[in-house]
Amino acid sequence: MANQNLISLEQDERIEAAARRLSMDRREFLQFCAALAATLGLPQGADAAVAEAVAAKKRPSVIWLHFQECTGCTESLLRAEHPTLEKLILDVISLDYHETLFAAAGHQVEAARKTAMAENKGKYILVVEGAIPTRDGGVYCKIGGKTAIELVTECAADAAAVIAIGSCASWGGMPSTIPSIPGATSSPTGSSGVAQVLGKPVVTIPGCPPNPYNFLSTVVHFLTFGKLPEVDHLGRPKFAYSRLIHENCERRAHFDAGRFAMEFGDEGHRKGHCLYKLGCKGPETYANCSVILFGDAGAGTWPVACGHPCIGCTEQGVGFTKPIHTVAKLKNIEPSAFLPRIVEEKGVGATLGSAAVLAAVAGAAAGAGAMVAKNLGLSHQAEEMERAKKEGSKAAESTEV
Amino acid sequence: MTTRRDFLRGCLAGGAAAATAALPETAAARDTLQRPPEGLGLLYDATLCVGCQACVAACKRANDNPAEFTAMDKLWDTPLDTSGHTFNLIKMYRNGTMETKDSELNGFSFMKTSCMHCADPSCVSACPVSSMQKDPVTGVVSYDPDACIGCRYCVAACPFGIPKYQYDSPTGKIGKCELCRHRHEDGHYSACAEVCPTGATLFGRTEDLLAEAKRRLALKPGDWTTVPRGRLPAEGETPEAAAKWKGPVDQAYQAQVGNYLQHVYGETEYGGTQVLKLSAVNFQKVGLPDLPPKSSAATSETIQHTLYGGLVMPIAVLAGLTWVARRNVVPDDEEKGGQS
Repeated sequence: MANQNLISLEQDERIEAAARRLSMDRREFLQFCAALAATLGLPQGADAAVAEAVAAKKRPSVIWLHFQECTGCTESLLRAEHPTLEKLILDVISLDYHETLFAAAGHQVEAARKTAMAENKGKYILVVEGAIPTRDGGVYCKIGGKTAIELVTECAADAAAVIAIGSCASWGGMPSTIPSIPGATSSPTGSSGVAQVLGKPVVTIPGCPPNPYNFLSTVVHFLTFGKLPEVDHLGRPKFAYSRLIHENCERRAHFDAGRFAMEFGDEGHRKGHCLYKLGCKGPETYANCSVILFGDAGAGTWPVACGHPCIGCTEQGVGFTKPIHTVAKLKNIEPSAFLPRIVEEKGVGATLGSAAVLAAVAGAAAGAGAMVAKNLGLSHQAEEMERAKKEGSKAAESTEV
Repeated sequence: MTTRRDFLRGCLAGGAAAATAALPETAAARDTLQRPPEGLGLLYDATLCVGCQACVAACKRANDNPAEFTAMDKLWDTPLDTSGHTFNLIKMYRNGTMETKDSELNGFSFMKTSCMHCADPSCVSACPVSSMQKDPVTGVVSYDPDACIGCRYCVAACPFGIPKYQYDSPTGKIGKCELCRHRHEDGHYSACAEVCPTGATLFGRTEDLLAEAKRRLALKPGDWTTVPRGRLPAEGETPEAAAKWKGPVDQAYQAQVGNYLQHVYGETEYGGTQVLKLSAVNFQKVGLPDLPPKSSAATSETIQHTLYGGLVMPIAVLAGLTWVARRNVVPDDEEKGGQS
């Protein structure tokens, strides 16, 4: 963490070497490190630390186990673009055991796993992909004659950190779905997540497949700071899973304005309106897809941007459980600051000055009224007296004349 | 000069004439009017509302109303209450820490504020001309600006404070929700119900909406149930009747039953309203007045029509005044002189 300036690292030999190792130019390599730091939500300056760690530190040994899964998580990692992840998982980390990517097979590869575990005892990272069958002693998934339960327990014992990648490893995912057969209470093979089998919390990177950068950032965090990133109650790194997709969704303004796509291909759908009514699970799914997007094919390449509602693949109880077009339950019903109260106070109460002026006006009016009432009839009386006087004087005149 | 006898005779004759004219006096005592059987309305369920204000925005669009600014920056439409230019508004009940939705203590709840379309509307009763009227079929309480004389009696009469005058204009009109009746011809129902993402505002025949509200009240809070959105089709609705309205018919989805108060607001209030409301927070606390089943329109019209029936009261008052006046007339000196 000594260096805080990413630009000054550009001339660093170690950076040069690391970039060459990853088949990138220096600038690209530094940009990649900055992007990772940003994904992790790290402060400015941490990008330099990330770059130094990736360039200089000994690559952590990674043992990657596959159980009940489709290899989609590995596939998504292989298709990440900056840099190509096959370089990264071979050069940033030391991938010592991975059933899909290994050239070796049989006893040879099992021996490699044992060697790596022995050499890096207490220091290696165990990554588990796929659910673990638990029914009937776990006989539904065996590798090298060992059940998934035995393998994961054996490998986790001396691991520095255990990362469950994908929804299957996180809680059981798709294989753990209970079939709609009367009386069924669990999946046919009793698929479970890693934490359930190990009986201790692990870091989970759910998703089907998860965003490769969330996994990568977790590993790089471990590499840079020597510990795993902060996680929530489900073991999900907070930098990636602390906010709902709905909160940062590019279609959110349409939700707020009540502009919804009602059917696939209708006017609202073509105009890019909110997919909530088509069953989008964004409002109940914690993930950063709406922020860092997905698939590396440029902007607008995550499911919602493509026009398909989110299926909630990162969320237990939503993905693979709720029908895709069932309406989501909004998890963030937060009172808006703009909503008026039931009774909204308007204006201000009477000030002393205005009250005094009003009182004065009222007093004057009352006084005037009283005077008018008092004088009522007086004018008539006066008129009568005047007339009487005139008549009197006339009479006097006539007598005089 | 009439003699006292002449005057009394005249009074008697007048009284008899008035009495014959006011024969159907009992008819003046009118009962509270009831909802028309095909009356349209809305059902607002506060426990389903998420406070997104899509209905407020849609209402503004449908009625071609301008935004109203209350904040300094004048960026967002933020009316504080319904007005001559805001016919529908979501208000919020706030208490304490505002942690839980639909909780009276330390919670918050939303409430839609718009015309209730009363079965016996006070505004229609108070309107001296034919500007405020209740449609005999749909029951929509409508406003006709061409007939309006701008007296604003309706503003004062409404127990919900709904009709509002456009004070900002020298030729102001009354602004109020008319259930989007101008859009009905094109097959569009109330815009607020049309956009509501959760079905918190539902459009339909009040009769059907009342049945739906009672169905929800009978369910156990927390259980999952199917909740319709948009328009609630009438029971046993024919495809021809359904074709009158545009938009997808079945938008129902699964939602959790709210912790309702066992009361459908608008079922009996003032003889019933066509807009019904469900809430988990006390209705008075969310701004809905506690109203008896007898409407104020019925009470006031009974009094007024009894008094003015056959012009009995004006004649009686005039007779009395005349008598008092005649009695107090002091004969002029000249007249006296002439007579003597």
